[in-house]
Amino acid sequence: MRHLTPVPDPKPPPKLAEREEAKPRIAELERWATVLRIDCVRMLAVAKSGHLDSSLSAADIVAALYYRVLRHDPENPEWPARDRFVLCKGHAAPIQYAALAQHGYFPLEELMGLRQIGAQLQGHPDMRRTPGIEVSTGSLGQGLSMCVGIGLALRLDGLAETAHVFGVLSDGDCQEGQTWEAATAAVHFGVPNITAIVDYNHLQTDGTTEEVMDIRDVRAKFEAFGWDAVEIDGHDMGQVVEALERSRTLRKPAAIVAQTKKGKGVSAMEGRFGFHGKAAVSPEFAADALEELMATLEEQTKALHEEGGGES
Amino acid sequence: MPAEAKTEPTPTRAGYGDALADLGESHDDVVALDADLAVSTQAIKFGKKFPERFFNVGAAEANMMSMACGLAATGKVPYCSTFAVFAAGRAYDQVRLGIAHNELKVRIGASHGGVSLGEDGASHQMIEDIALMRAMPRMTVVVPADYNQAYRATAESYERDEPMYMRFGRPATPGVYDDIPETLGTGVDVLREGKDISLIGTGHMVWRALEAAESLEAEDGVEAEVLNVSIVKPLHSETVLESLGKTGVAVTAEEHRVVGGLADAVRQVAAEQHPVPIFAVGLGDEFGISGTGEACMEHFGLTARGIADRAREALVLKPIVSRPPLFGPEWT
Repeated sequence: MRHLTPVPDPKPPPKLAEREEAKPRIAELERWATVLRIDCVRMLAVAKSGHLDSSLSAADIVAALYYRVLRHDPENPEWPARDRFVLCKGHAAPIQYAALAQHGYFPLEELMGLRQIGAQLQGHPDMRRTPGIEVSTGSLGQGLSMCVGIGLALRLDGLAETAHVFGVLSDGDCQEGQTWEAATAAVHFGVPNITAIVDYNHLQTDGTTEEVMDIRDVRAKFEAFGWDAVEIDGHDMGQVVEALERSRTLRKPAAIVAQTKKGKGVSAMEGRFGFHGKAAVSPEFAADALEELMATLEEQTKALHEEGGGES
Repeated sequence: MPAEAKTEPTPTRAGYGDALADLGESHDDVVALDADLAVSTQAIKFGKKFPERFFNVGAAEANMMSMACGLAATGKVPYCSTFAVFAAGRAYDQVRLGIAHNELKVRIGASHGGVSLGEDGASHQMIEDIALMRAMPRMTVVVPADYNQAYRATAESYERDEPMYMRFGRPATPGVYDDIPETLGTGVDVLREGKDISLIGTGHMVWRALEAAESLEAEDGVEAEVLNVSIVKPLHSETVLESLGKTGVAVTAEEHRVVGGLADAVRQVAAEQHPVPIFAVGLGDEFGISGTGEACMEHFGLTARGIADRAREALVLKPIVSRPPLFGPEWT
């Protein structure tokens, strides 16, 4: 069970105060994204079910959020003025679980209970069972509406200036009509503190998004609904961080369409159809994937050490 | 501010609207959402008083329910109003995952339940919402009988924590309670005592059941007991069983399909704990129809006459199949 050996990672994630003090650098965030990817592969290898490819495509976005952009505090998870993270694409739960565990919302060992009876990590995020989950998701299309509700509640409480809502959507979310009801409402109600990040990985259960139901230019759609809308490379950490940090200064609904690859980081899976929701993670597959990710991690760690301080 | 009881026929939805506006006064965390039906659902009364806490989402019920989830998860107490057909039908999945599964303190004010909304016809006449919401785990289902009880149900809903589906109606409805009751209590009130048969009604059928009891007494000398079930789920089985134990036969009455509604709720309790004949007044395997509200009620036999007729049929069966009760007073 080589894939169960812990990631060599002596440095814990920075605490809220440290993050505010000195923002983690891009290269550090890239390395954290690899750590989260490694956790995902290990979790799925044990769980033998779940959506690994969808988790990997969102890894850079989730790492940028949890390690730098989000104002959250695992020691005070109910802090009213915290930023809210909503995984609208609830099927990518493993990537959020990895980020939560790494930050100490629950012990890392819990990750290995994913999808098992009696464990706290459900197949899709469950606010009643897992610390750090703001709302339960898993039925596509509902998440952005929930974000709008959260944003409005924060505004009523006078917290909208500081507390921001970040929702991560899938291309499937954008096929659901309800997402566009929410997009309409966010602008109508003038929700000032909402960012929707679309993890546009172009693959879904029955084929490519283009084959199944082409949602075309999602950025233009959000723009037409009155949102600030940008398109970025969702695996370019610099672009991800810049777009996220810019979005919270806009004081209007902001969409970030992140072009991503399903399975990113594991070359056997990258952009390939046929893995979605399948028990693709055989021990051999996991071992290969981990070997690749460990090599990436080693390179990134080495580069970090050589580089020292520098750009932020 | 003490609420004013209504003595003249008044719609139950008005009781909801009045109580909601009063709740807004006393509780800052109450917010209201509506889907372009605020005048009909009466949520507009809240909206006019508290525009900053009122969100009209337009014709987008799914969005409304999920928004309520987000608001409740962030400490607000949302009241979502729309027609029952959209609240329970169109937005079922949103209510299911976002509200019931999350055990959030969201109240769904579902107006225009049943066929008594009349002219709009089958597309708008919701006759399976009680069944849908009874089947949903963690959801409480409330169906008040008149304005006064609707006011109390709404006011009291703030004090409870569980998700709630509250069904109201369109037409002016004769009063069952002279005053605004102090509480919903167990959700099953004995409005009239009798020993021969139990008439168990909910919502708009309760005042009709009382009328049916009058006519059974006048025409047949039958003493009917009348129960008002305002909380259909969880059903307070003790009160129901006590009545069944006394009378040994019952008729249920609801403005809803008999499948999954009050009839099934009562029959389930009876079948397990005190099997007696239970006849049902309600809709069969059929959709609603256009007409005036009262004509629609007539069409489907949802009348005092309809209840009394079913009671007479049930009473014929009673001596043949009734057995000594398994609990409660002895059958004589």
